[in-house]
Amino acid sequence: MPIIEVRALSYSYPDSTRPSIQDVNLTVDMGEFVLITGPSGCGKTTFCRCLNGLIPNSYGGTFNGNVIVDGLLTTEHQVFEIAQHVGLVFQNPENELFCTTVEREVAFGPENLALPRDEIRSRVEEALSVVGISQLLDKSPEELSGGEQQKVAIAALLAMKPRMLVLDEPTANLDPLSARSVLKILSSLNTESDVTIILVEHRLEMVAHMANRCVIFDDGKLVLSGEPSDVLYSDMVDRIGIGIPKAVQVAKRLALNSKFGKRPLSSLELADIIMLKGDKG
Amino acid sequence: MILFEDVSYSYAPGRYALEHVNLSIGEAELVAILGENGAGKTTLVKHINGLLRPQIGKVTVYGIDTKTSTVAALARKVGLVFQNPDHQLFAETVEKELAFALVNFGMPLLGTSSGVDWAIKEFELNQYRERPPFLLSGGERKRLALASVLCYNPQILILDEPTTGQDSRQKSRLANLLKRLNREGKTVIVVTHDMEFVADFIPRVVMLSKGRVIAEGLAEEILTNRELLMSASLLPPQLAELSWDLTLKKPSIDLEQVISEASSLLGGSPR
Repeated sequence: MPIIEVRALSYSYPDSTRPSIQDVNLTVDMGEFVLITGPSGCGKTTFCRCLNGLIPNSYGGTFNGNVIVDGLLTTEHQVFEIAQHVGLVFQNPENELFCTTVEREVAFGPENLALPRDEIRSRVEEALSVVGISQLLDKSPEELSGGEQQKVAIAALLAMKPRMLVLDEPTANLDPLSARSVLKILSSLNTESDVTIILVEHRLEMVAHMANRCVIFDDGKLVLSGEPSDVLYSDMVDRIGIGIPKAVQVAKRLALNSKFGKRPLSSLELADIIMLKGDKG
Repeated sequence: MILFEDVSYSYAPGRYALEHVNLSIGEAELVAILGENGAGKTTLVKHINGLLRPQIGKVTVYGIDTKTSTVAALARKVGLVFQNPDHQLFAETVEKELAFALVNFGMPLLGTSSGVDWAIKEFELNQYRERPPFLLSGGERKRLALASVLCYNPQILILDEPTTGQDSRQKSRLANLLKRLNREGKTVIVVTHDMEFVADFIPRVVMLSKGRVIAEGLAEEILTNRELLMSASLLPPQLAELSWDLTLKKPSIDLEQVISEASSLLGGSPR
């Protein structure tokens, strides 16, 4: 069952002469993990803003086409309604956190839904434990590291029990270890709690094997969509200039696909194929 | 040219941000300073332009003890580009931003305009000349911050996390510029935890952990040393990891090297 349906979507910001996205079509099923990537300025961020209705509701501009998220047509519903279905995480968590403690930050959303006290408390506890920061309950978000702040931002959304998370480069300002830990949380939310994930990310080597779909934007257009092993092995991605994982680069040069019909996405998968000379599986 | 002799520095009693650091960086080197969050990377480079002075030990830049010099005097030789361009940019227009340091250093008008023109051309900022810096995109602001430092031609260039928020094409463009500046004789110091960027482009590495220099030398050797990376809580570059997974005799961070080794494991030659 589709949770997102985007049909013939084109959008230009106010006062802009060229469209930021052009004729985009995409259907995402419940429970998918969709990785979106592409060069800077390709329209990824604009697309994310369309998914939770910030565009066009808060930005204005010229909007054509339809975006239906969890059954809501974004042009007919307000951002606060759509926000109860879609959680959006931005690049810079500092811009989202504003409460004096982590507990209040995570409780803020459920409080605004006027949920009973016990329900709020249990949602906060659960959300913090899912992202692994229960011990930070009483801390001020300001004193946390970037990685911890991003986890607080994700927990705050989880407390709203969204069926889908949209994350726009959540690891852009994080060190590699924190980035990997945030990405692993997303993967387990997807596999264990069945949350649909739409993730904009440049660190393909960390995330390509977690996703079941990879979507590439270039110059405002959706140019490729498919399984990561198809998309990253297509000839087109080399021309677009995204950071192809080294394991994929090596496998391409060794022609593992034509020799053994294998398209590894991670170092371990690649090593397995080479050590067994393609025998297994 | 840059010399740290037994340098220690502490922001708060009982905990050293830098501890007994000895380090020498020569003329026209291209070097990465690597380390986890809080390892002391930024504290280290702030000692080079005199923003911080050693509490114990001595830092000399071109033979001048930083304790006897001012930040203003050192700034002409040492250009520091911050991680967040918004901590650096403040002028009303891109052009004024670029001219600020030159005017401030008392450069004659002619020299100022040629420095600004050079930077505008080099960084493709011509269409933004009259625009306020805060209206540029994140990537463009990052380029402007670098341009505003380079236009006064410091001999030593320090960049703090220059690759955050940059896509792969922008990263390789940045790497090419840094290599060119380095060939032209500048010393370029990159503070980063972007292992892939270092593995792909930077030949020499200084590795910090908990305020100490735990290794320095060729990137090829340090970034393929598993125990060392683990002790510094750093993730290995992808090619090093691949080398270990393939149990290569000589792990490498060079793509061609790994391809050729992997290919001989397969018993064929690469395409």
